[in-house]
Order: sequence, then structure tokens, then C-alpha cells
Amino acid sequence: MCDTCGCSADGGAVLRKPGESDYLMHVSDGNHGHTHHHAGEVHHSSANVQEEHHDHAHDHHHHESTTRKIVLEQDVLQQNNLLAERNRGYFEARHIFALNFLSSPGSGKTSLLEKIIPLLQQRFPVAVIEGDQQTTNDADRIHALGVPVIQINTGSGCHLDALMVNRAVKELEVQDHSLLCIENVGNLVCPALFDLGEALKVVIISVTEGDDKPLKYPTMFHEADLCILNKIDLLPYVEFDVAKCRENAMRVNHHLEWFEVSAKSGEGLSVLQEWIEKRLSHH
Amino acid sequence: MHEMSIAMSIVEAVVAHAQKEGARRVSGVDLRIGKLAGIEPESLKFCFSAAAKGTLAEEALLAVDEPEGVGECGECGMRFPVTFYYAECPGCRSLRITIVSGEEFLIQSITIEEEGEQENV
Ligand SMILES: Nc1nc2c(ncn2[C@@H]2O[C@H](COP(=O)(O)OP(=O)(O)O)[C@@H](O)[C@H]2O)c(=O)[nH]1
Ligand SMILES: [Mg+2]
Ligand SMILES: [Zn+2]
Ligand SMILES: [Zn+2]
Ligand SMILES: [Zn+2]
Repeated sequence: MCDTCGCSADGGAVLRKPGESDYLMHVSDGNHGHTHHHAGEVHHSSANVQEEHHDHAHDHHHHESTTRKIVLEQDVLQQNNLLAERNRGYFEARHIFALNFLSSPGSGKTSLLEKIIPLLQQRFPVAVIEGDQQTTNDADRIHALGVPVIQINTGSGCHLDALMVNRAVKELEVQDHSLLCIENVGNLVCPALFDLGEALKVVIISVTEGDDKPLKYPTMFHEADLCILNKIDLLPYVEFDVAKCRENAMRVNHHLEWFEVSAKSGEGLSVLQEWIEKRLSHH
Repeated sequence: MHEMSIAMSIVEAVVAHAQKEGARRVSGVDLRIGKLAGIEPESLKFCFSAAAKGTLAEEALLAVDEPEGVGECGECGMRFPVTFYYAECPGCRSLRITIVSGEEFLIQSITIEEEGEQENV
């Protein structure tokens, strides 16, 4: 809700907590300012205008309406990137190891978390941020494991951003030395562009998708640090060339760590678990 | 339509600068979107006009410069044009390529119209 005019911020993200039905918080309330603007709000008094001009020491000519070009060279995602760096600093100071899980809807992000968190939890505290456009289903599933979890509902937004994570972390009790798992909105395009402040990006694909997925979504695979191929229990039933998929992924990003797992049968999970534990203890 | 939230952040940044500069309106916005940036310029232009409705940038013309991708070989150091994140070095066939250009995503400049001003205020 906008304080200036009372208009509702359409599609604004909200936070929800499983088991607390009356908890709801708007992400963009507070210091985010306006994402929409109203004609008429912008007319400063002429004294103000003069002052600002002299502050900026730009060349300007004193005649009627003038046109002026201002060079910005500003990164479009600058605001997000700055906030992501603040998140990153906060995580580092508290030795929180944050992983950003990315995939198309249904590749098995939540299933994988459900399976691997009970294993990891024996050695490290774990907390989860769940991203989804509408539902709290995923947070409910994680809540059942008994770890702290908060749901971000992005509404019409198709990715998490650094501000949402910043707010969610404040509302979530994350202990020092935790593993923080962030499940992004199911989408392989936009989440690649938005840094959340995570230590690593984890992209998940399943064998029911095409083995050319890394080539179709190169930005995502280029940005990722780990790639997890899930649902390998289904390999006998689908046409999926694991070696080819891996090769495609490595072509887009030769630094990619590669894992093959089944969140259903548990196959491959211990290798992934050991890798995460090793990284966590060196963090 | 994933370019929408990006269009909104561009409008937000442009309007903030324009206000700071005392602009009456914004007549142009120049973007630099590398061919490897993962952004669809046409889709972004469409979203920009929607996102700019009712703001100082409502009538702004959006111009997009799209620098080509350039890769650098990790083995032999050769630089060459790339159209994708993976490429083979034309010199030594290595696949260890680092992208050195083409990922830009910048608001290069804005053109504003100012209020008429008086001499010797
Ligand atoms: N056969 C099989 N199904 C799986 C596996 N992992 C997840 N699924 C199924 O895939 C569907 C989507 O999983 P979910 O974890 O909700 O995906 P998300 O949207 O990425 O969070 C569910 O029906 C899961 O039961 C797996 O390893 N093997
Ligand atoms: Mg899920
Ligand atoms: Zn308002
Ligand atoms: Zn999108
Ligand atoms: Zn070479």
C-alpha cells in the first residue's frame, strides 16, 4: 500500500509464515520508496531547481525550455546489486552460507530440500526462504521438517530480488553458521539477473526436461556455480542423454560443479551432502 | 513477461535522476544492452512504455545500443567475437573462454527538458 496516495502496489511481494495465519508483511513497505509515480508530484519550487543546478555544476543556458543530455552509465540492476552486496556482507559476518536454488517449475527444488535438509541438519543449523508467486505450499512442506522457514509470495513477479531476501532474513531467525537455502521462483530466465547476496547459485534440471536446456537458458547456466541433475530414477523411462546434457552445461560454463541425484530414491544425495558440508565448514 | 520488473526499475532510476536535475520531462533514454545480457530489447521497449505511463518519462524515446559479445581465450589470450556463452577459440580450439564484452546492461544517458529559466535570479 502506498502511503502517498493510498493506491495498492499491484503485484507487490508479501512475506508469510507457515503456521501463523495472521502473519503477513509487505516487502516494499518502508524504505523502498515509490515504484510508481504520480504526475504533479515532481514540481519543485523554482528556488529548489536553481539550487540543484548549482550543486551539480552543469553547463546550462538561460533561455526558455532547454534540452540537456545527462550521462549516467548506471547499471540497470545497480539498486539490486547494492542491496545484494549488503546481504552478502551480513551473511559473511554471521558465517551464514546462502545457496540460491534455481530451476523451471517442477524440477524438484522443494523435494530436494526436503530430502537433504534432514541430512545436513545433523551438523549445521538450516533455515529456508521459499519463493513462489502465490502459494505457501512449499513453505508448509519445509515447515514440516522443523526448520525455520519463511515464504515470499512475489505475486506477479517472476523472480526473487535482493530486497525481498533482505526483508525475509530480518523476519526469519537464522542462527550464525547456518546453511540458508533460498528456493527461487520457478523460472530459468529472470532469476539469473538478480543477485540475492548468495554464496552460490545452484541450478537444477530434471531428466524429464530436454538435455539441451543449458543451451536454451545459457544466462542461467553461465551464472550458476552448481548444476544438479535430478530425477535420475526416471532415466530408464525417458530419452535423456546425461553425458550430452553435462557437456552442454560445461560448454556454457566450464566452472560448473556437476551432480546427479534422485530426490525420490536418494541416489547421489550423499555426494552432494558431502560437497555442501565441506564448503560450509570452510566458509 | 519478465522484462516488466526491469522496465520498472529503469523508469524508477530515470525519473529519480530527472527529478534531481529539475527536469520538466524526459525526452530520451539511451540504454546499452549487450547481446549476451539475457535481455530482449524489443520486449523491454514494450514494457518500458507501459511502466513509464504517468511519469516524467512517459514520452521518452528509448534507444538501445547492443554491443556484440567478445570472448577471450584462457589458453592463448586471443580475443574474438562470440554470439553465445560457449565458444571455441579460433586460435587454439580451447573452450576456456571468458566473456569480456557483451554482458553490459546500462542506462547510458537520459535527455531531459528543463523549465524555462530566468537570468540573474
Ligand atoms: N521420479 C521423481 N520425481 C521427483 C523427483 N524429485 C521431485 N519429483 C517430483 O516432481 C514434482 C515437482 O517437485 P517439486 O519439488 O515440487 O519441484 P519444484 O517446483 O522445483 O519445487 C513432484 O511431483 C515431485 O514428487 C525425483 O527425483 N524423481
Ligand atoms: Mg518448489
Ligand atoms: Zn502512490
Ligand atoms: Zn520473467
Ligand atoms: Zn586460444
